[in-house]
Amino acid sequence: MENQMIRAKEVVFRYAEDGRAALDGISMGVRRGEFVAVLGANGCGKSTLAKHFNAILLPEQGEVYVEQYNTREEDHLYDIRQRVGMVFQNPDNQIVATVVEEDVAFALENLGVPPDEMRGRVDEAMEMAGIYKHREKAPHKLSGGQKQRVAIAGVIAMRPDCLVMDESTAMLDPIGREKVMRTVKRLNTEYGITVVMITHYMEEAVQADRVIVMSRGRIELEGTPKEVFRDSARIRALKLDVPQAKELCDLLREAGVDLPQDVISAEECAKALAALLAGTAQAKK
Amino acid sequence: MLRDITIGQHFPGNSVIHRMDPRAKLLLTVAYIVILFVGSNPIGLALSALFLILAYGVAKIPLKLIGKSLRPILPIILFTAVLNLFFVPGDPIFTWWVITVTWQGLYNVLVLSVRIVCLIAGTSLLTYTTSPIVLTDALERLLKPFARLHLPVHELAMMMTIALRFIPTLIEETDKIMSAQKARGAELDTGKLTDRIRALIPVLIPLFISAFRRADELAMAMECRCYHGGEGRTRLRQLHLGGMDLVLVAVCAAVFTLIGCSGMLWGLMGL
Repeated sequence: MENQMIRAKEVVFRYAEDGRAALDGISMGVRRGEFVAVLGANGCGKSTLAKHFNAILLPEQGEVYVEQYNTREEDHLYDIRQRVGMVFQNPDNQIVATVVEEDVAFALENLGVPPDEMRGRVDEAMEMAGIYKHREKAPHKLSGGQKQRVAIAGVIAMRPDCLVMDESTAMLDPIGREKVMRTVKRLNTEYGITVVMITHYMEEAVQADRVIVMSRGRIELEGTPKEVFRDSARIRALKLDVPQAKELCDLLREAGVDLPQDVISAEECAKALAALLAGTAQAKK
Repeated sequence: MLRDITIGQHFPGNSVIHRMDPRAKLLLTVAYIVILFVGSNPIGLALSALFLILAYGVAKIPLKLIGKSLRPILPIILFTAVLNLFFVPGDPIFTWWVITVTWQGLYNVLVLSVRIVCLIAGTSLLTYTTSPIVLTDALERLLKPFARLHLPVHELAMMMTIALRFIPTLIEETDKIMSAQKARGAELDTGKLTDRIRALIPVLIPLFISAFRRADELAMAMECRCYHGGEGRTRLRQLHLGGMDLVLVAVCAAVFTLIGCSGMLWGLMGL
């Protein structure tokens, strides 16, 4: 249990008292340093689950632990929120200040960090998120991807152990999405920050260490991306897309081309096809 | 079209006045307003006007901007001027039919107009040289002692900051909604005034709904970043009263004292 970052035990949650359970007995864990992607169709409860990770929502039944703290312990509310930072979907609605660096400092100001120390931490967070050169700009002058990275910097300035991205790339253009994704990957690999990524994009899920697929408030599938995406029919039945590379390979296989089952990323697909073509070329000789 | 609106009247620059501590600037502006009423005699007002012209020069703010900020209150100046000119009793300059213009009336008009112009121009100089956000910051710090009297100083400043932050966002959104409604055949720029006002309803309703949704999300994002009011909060930007600020304050204090005493001088001249 030592290296567990977040643990959820039999969590049940309902928005309305007599309503459908948004979370219907979820048990899961996130290990320290892990990169977990949570997938699911609209309304499957993935955002609701994310909001349980830093005590924005409290479970109706069951428990959620962040490190040693139960999210029900009000005394440790700020310990929990400082450890698990959350980035939301719409970058415009999470930036508070009118200057980038002041927004990044917002959480530290709230935590009462002394001003001399704050300067260094703000600069560090902006460097980590790759927005240092925009530090004196007004947020509305930035692109969507840049704004989202400002939001990330604002969260990592708290030096959290875990970053929860609640569909944070959904509103971005492909370039912005790519940059945000790269930033998050770097935070995970270089700085060891645990990442929980709620997403609609299979291409992002493929980059994770582990994928959790949710449906109707329950965990439907769980495993490495290769394990989860192996069964394309099952994924489609859960109203999800399969990664493009996987889809291409599926179609080719149906057409009788001999390709492996577990190709999920574009690079693997390219490699498999290259190997196949090289093979055919050799056979022709 | 809405994008051209500038927020506040900030005129960025790098002059001594721009760089001055905003708290000092704010207090000096208040002092200037007071002094305009204390030194309400020709010598005092002449000095006040001169001081202001000098200050605009130092701040490198074009004087024609004063005209711009005066325009909205021009009717008020004209109205009071006319009233004073025709209805103040005293020694007549000339009489025509029922209208009598008196020396006292003319004097009042001049004093009053110069005073209002100086008042507006003086406060404008503050907003020209200080960005709204810095001004909010200064206000919060100056009013901090009143927080003990349960005045929600921090909350007010936070509201101001968020309002300033969201003005451009909401303007952009209004623009978008207007385009969307136009694309569906809404006529926003034509028709009678009543028609145009009615046409705004389909713009305002989505705007309000979206603003509420934004507020909701922002509140959650703020909670996630451990926001819990002003208690125990520190600030990234610290304000320091530097040597230059003290020199400027001293100079202004001297000038203001002079203006304040000008009444006596005017009295000695026996006019």
